[in-house]
Amino acid sequence: MEGVAKYFGAVVALANGSIELFAGEAHALLGENGAGKSTLVKIIAGVYPADRGTYVFDGQVRHFHGPHDSQEAGIAVIYQEPTLFDDLNVAENIYLGRQPLGFGRRINRREMRKQSRAIFGQLGVDIDPNRKAKGLSVADQQMVEIAKALSKDARVVVMDEPTAALSPEEVRRLFTVVANLRQRGVAILFISHRLEEVYEICQRVTIMRDGSFVRTDLIGDIKIEEIVRSMVGRDLSTLFPKSAIEAGAEVLRVERLTREGTFYDISFSVNAGEIVALSGLVGSGRTEIARAIFGIDKYDAGSVFVNGAKLKKSSPLRAMHAGMGFVPEDRRQQGLVMDFGIDHNVALASLERLSHGLLLFRNAEQTLAADWALKLRLKYGKLTDEVNTLSGGNQQKVVLAKWLAGQPKLIIVDEPTRGIDVGTKSEVHRIIDDLAQSGVAVLMISSELPEILGMADRVLVMREGRLAATMNRSDATQEKVMLAATGQV
Amino acid sequence: MPHVAISSPLESNEETPAPLEKHSAPFGRHSLVRWESALVLFLIFDIFYGGITAPDFFSQNTIFFAGINFGLIAIMALPEMLIITTGEIDLSVAAMLGLSCASFGYLFEHHVEVFLAMILTLGVGALGGALNGFLVTRVGLPSIAVTIGTLTMFRGLAEVILGTNEITGFGGPWTDVGTNTIPGTPFAWAFGIFVVLALIYGVVLHFTSTGRSIFAIGLQEEAAFFSGIRVKRIKFNLYLLSGIVCSFVGLLYTYETNTARYDAGTGLELNVVAIVLFGGVSIFGGRGSLLGVVLSVIAVGIFDQILSIKNVSSQEQSIVFGILLLASVVLPNSARGYRAIRQRFRREASAGSSTLEANL
Amino acid sequence: MSVTDEVALSEPVKSHRIAETLSRARELAIVAVILVIFAITTIKSPDFAHLTSMQQVLTNASLFTLLAVGETMVIVTRNVDLSVGSTLGISAFLVGDYFTHNAHASIVLAFVIGIGVGAFCGAVIGLIVTVTKVPSLVVSLAALYIIRGILNIIGLGIQIEPTAIPLSFQKIGFETFAGIPWIFIIPAVVALVVGFSMRSFRSMRELYAIGSNPAAAQLAGVPVARRVFTAFLLSGSLAGLGGVLFLSEFATVNATAGSGYELLVVASCVIGGVAIFGGSGTVIGAALGAILLQIINQSLVVINVSPFWDSALAGALILVTVSFDRLLSNRATLALRLKGSAARGD
Repeated sequence: MEGVAKYFGAVVALANGSIELFAGEAHALLGENGAGKSTLVKIIAGVYPADRGTYVFDGQVRHFHGPHDSQEAGIAVIYQEPTLFDDLNVAENIYLGRQPLGFGRRINRREMRKQSRAIFGQLGVDIDPNRKAKGLSVADQQMVEIAKALSKDARVVVMDEPTAALSPEEVRRLFTVVANLRQRGVAILFISHRLEEVYEICQRVTIMRDGSFVRTDLIGDIKIEEIVRSMVGRDLSTLFPKSAIEAGAEVLRVERLTREGTFYDISFSVNAGEIVALSGLVGSGRTEIARAIFGIDKYDAGSVFVNGAKLKKSSPLRAMHAGMGFVPEDRRQQGLVMDFGIDHNVALASLERLSHGLLLFRNAEQTLAADWALKLRLKYGKLTDEVNTLSGGNQQKVVLAKWLAGQPKLIIVDEPTRGIDVGTKSEVHRIIDDLAQSGVAVLMISSELPEILGMADRVLVMREGRLAATMNRSDATQEKVMLAATGQV
Repeated sequence: MPHVAISSPLESNEETPAPLEKHSAPFGRHSLVRWESALVLFLIFDIFYGGITAPDFFSQNTIFFAGINFGLIAIMALPEMLIITTGEIDLSVAAMLGLSCASFGYLFEHHVEVFLAMILTLGVGALGGALNGFLVTRVGLPSIAVTIGTLTMFRGLAEVILGTNEITGFGGPWTDVGTNTIPGTPFAWAFGIFVVLALIYGVVLHFTSTGRSIFAIGLQEEAAFFSGIRVKRIKFNLYLLSGIVCSFVGLLYTYETNTARYDAGTGLELNVVAIVLFGGVSIFGGRGSLLGVVLSVIAVGIFDQILSIKNVSSQEQSIVFGILLLASVVLPNSARGYRAIRQRFRREASAGSSTLEANL
Repeated sequence: MSVTDEVALSEPVKSHRIAETLSRARELAIVAVILVIFAITTIKSPDFAHLTSMQQVLTNASLFTLLAVGETMVIVTRNVDLSVGSTLGISAFLVGDYFTHNAHASIVLAFVIGIGVGAFCGAVIGLIVTVTKVPSLVVSLAALYIIRGILNIIGLGIQIEPTAIPLSFQKIGFETFAGIPWIFIIPAVVALVVGFSMRSFRSMRELYAIGSNPAAAQLAGVPVARRVFTAFLLSGSLAGLGGVLFLSEFATVNATAGSGYELLVVASCVIGGVAIFGGSGTVIGAALGAILLQIINQSLVVINVSPFWDSALAGALILVTVSFDRLLSNRATLALRLKGSAARGD
């Protein structure tokens, strides 16, 4: 095996990243959020230049000027959200800009189809090159991206959380393809949070933490506990403040909630003061259920009860009036109006309440915001600063403030600590815990098992749209949850 | 083999600088203040220029006619501003003016009692606005396509109703709207109505929860929806309001000119949009102030009047409008574009980075 | 649970074939509607079946067809060019002016001038749109004003007279070839050429990519600015050519030439299946849309319905087609989602 790529990079967000990829290997890149993985990948992809260090590709030092450059050199990145052209067909998506030509520089469609089929054949995948890319499943979109990479004779393929939205069969198919690629001498950089997958298909692993390279090992030489410890830098158990509480009356009850194609027959309840966690792999339907409960999306069957009263097919406004709050997954697009100030954002769910009759004055908003900023220990400059100037953790506090201002009886939090630095993470956990203590019912969606196990009174595990398991705090372990989530019970 | 999944997939926020989103003003929040100051300067320039052009510029006559000529556009600009602030657009405004003008003329010709005819005409406006609102909010069509369609349709219907006829000789309480000023002032009625409406709109936009919601919708519709704001209802109502206001303007036009014709107001929609954008309202939505629009209306109205006095034809004036329109969007945007180009040379990858930032 | 890998992992051939056929079907549907209208009109008024009425339709449609071709290229990239009417007008006027002041004017040069004027207008707009990133709606709107204003200044009170125009040039306006008016043949040929190139040339395919997913196009190395600029350049040039044809057809021009054309052109595109948000649609469809609008117009005259209904119907037609497209695409997405999850064994 010869060296294919060697990278050393250093940028402010990345203090010391190093990684070496050899032809024909599948190499895992592990690290928590904020560890610097994405910056390293961007440097690899040519999106950012490294400020320090060297980037060696195929024995030569390279400076890429943009993603196109690196693609020319043979580096392909498959993002979590594949960027295909919906209106074009699959073959064209693969060959855009490089379509095979026939007479007089016309595009030779038959040849394009033929070559596409050939590549799909090599991958062992059956996708019709003629169909429009629109509507392809995520798994198939990935395959098209991989086909694109192969058609460009890619030497390095970076896969970012490829299995996040895949069903087990699709994961199997992907792994077969990965083995295939390895046989052809392609180096694969595999970013994942699913350690069992890493153990299954990768030969080596590089771990990063806090912007720096920590270690690289052969997968056989390192045990899972060591991996976790290197990633986290501390023992898992100490992080979560959990006080014992007595659950109160039922606040939320969901009965046989169903939406065709997404989730089926979901029933559970949350009592006052309880923290119920909804866990499962990405794509298992958790966020969709939360959105249906809160009235953002419709559901086809079943009912939602709040404090015993049935919630009619609702809207967010009705849900709010019933006493619910929803901290969404995507802070930037759904949780906050990024160009609004802190005051406007905090007040956004309380506009009616803050108005005197018809009029709403800015100082009412500011008083409210100042109040909550104090309670949640928000770090900011001025209340009128736009929230896009705040750090992720503080932004999340603003979202929480917005909902808490309404004194909800039930609050749904979706990935509450995603993209937040460690310090603020525990603050957010404390806020949630305090909430539960004060009698609020909490429904928490999370992909972080330690978080779930640390905070929840009960754990509901989703798999492919159905409730696979329910556990009490005392019974739950990471293994059990994972097993239920992946269907290996 | 133990199964552990640490953390969650999507890394956002932490490491990457906030991408230059299309809404972020190049000069920060103060860009609007700067824009309004520029408008004030323009206004002052106008006044001087006007004074130089004609010694009796500030006579009752000029002020009155400025109000007549510009009042209609001014009034229509108000609901248009709200719609644009939510990120949509209404290009059917002038066509509704024409349709209501034609409807009113038709009703009048058929001896319908004046007051009833007015109500019916406003009803036509409401229907038209509701159609726009329905197609945009319920069917989910892009507002530019919808309002181009309704624009064509309303004009067509006006043509059908009235043909090439011209109705004149309107009676009723409003007949002096085109000839007399508001008693005791030099202003035309149209201008007075504009001022009152502007005040109401200003208060609603800047001092009510609905107004906040409108800005939120324009800036980040999804987040607004998630916060319980009734996005669809607000947008629908804005279109409904626009329809009613424009049909009201149609009535005003009819009385001012004492004529009803099917092609009333042809082409004015572009003027309306131009005035709004020139007032500092962002075409993307979410930014702008009513004060800016008012300043724009007054400044451009006076400038328009100056051009008329200097015998610049209305066709030439349209060049001015075009330049104004361009200036009002190009200037803020080119600052941004220039910075982007500079960034591009420094970090040649920055143009492609926005997708990646979202994905990694 | 799940079925075999093959079935679980790929979409059944049927569902997407249907979607493909639908876009072809759009063009066929328009042809069908045209035929239906033709049939109905002929029944009510048998004279309509005469060749001359079709020739009239084609003549009326020719300018719009030409402009719709250019507009399609722009709309496909997720932009819009509202200045085409003004550009047509100023081109027509300047060419007429050329004829008026040059006794031995060359027809070839006339074409060059016309197209050149259009190209210039298109280039300026394209430049502003790509450099300043101002939405094309606004830029082309402003251009509409400015160009019309300039035309009004230079053309104040002037009417270009037919006597100034060489007969050979005017002949293009009314002569036919194999029964088809020359003045339609030119736009038809342009449509075929452009349509072909949009299907078969790499650079033109990129226009679709840009409209479909601008960010991804950028990422994939598509020279977005260059392509969008070219689209505007071509749109302007075709509008300029339209001005030349306008002059040959009517043999008279004043400052109002081309007013209001832009909306009908956009309508033709939308009706013809060009998605207003870009990424899909064909030039042929747009051309058919233009013809459809004209035949509606013509048949209204013939069957004695007030021609005033023309605009109203055009407007309604726009709304109906756009709504229909949206509902269809929603259905398709829902169907695909359900199929996908069924295949996964949910």
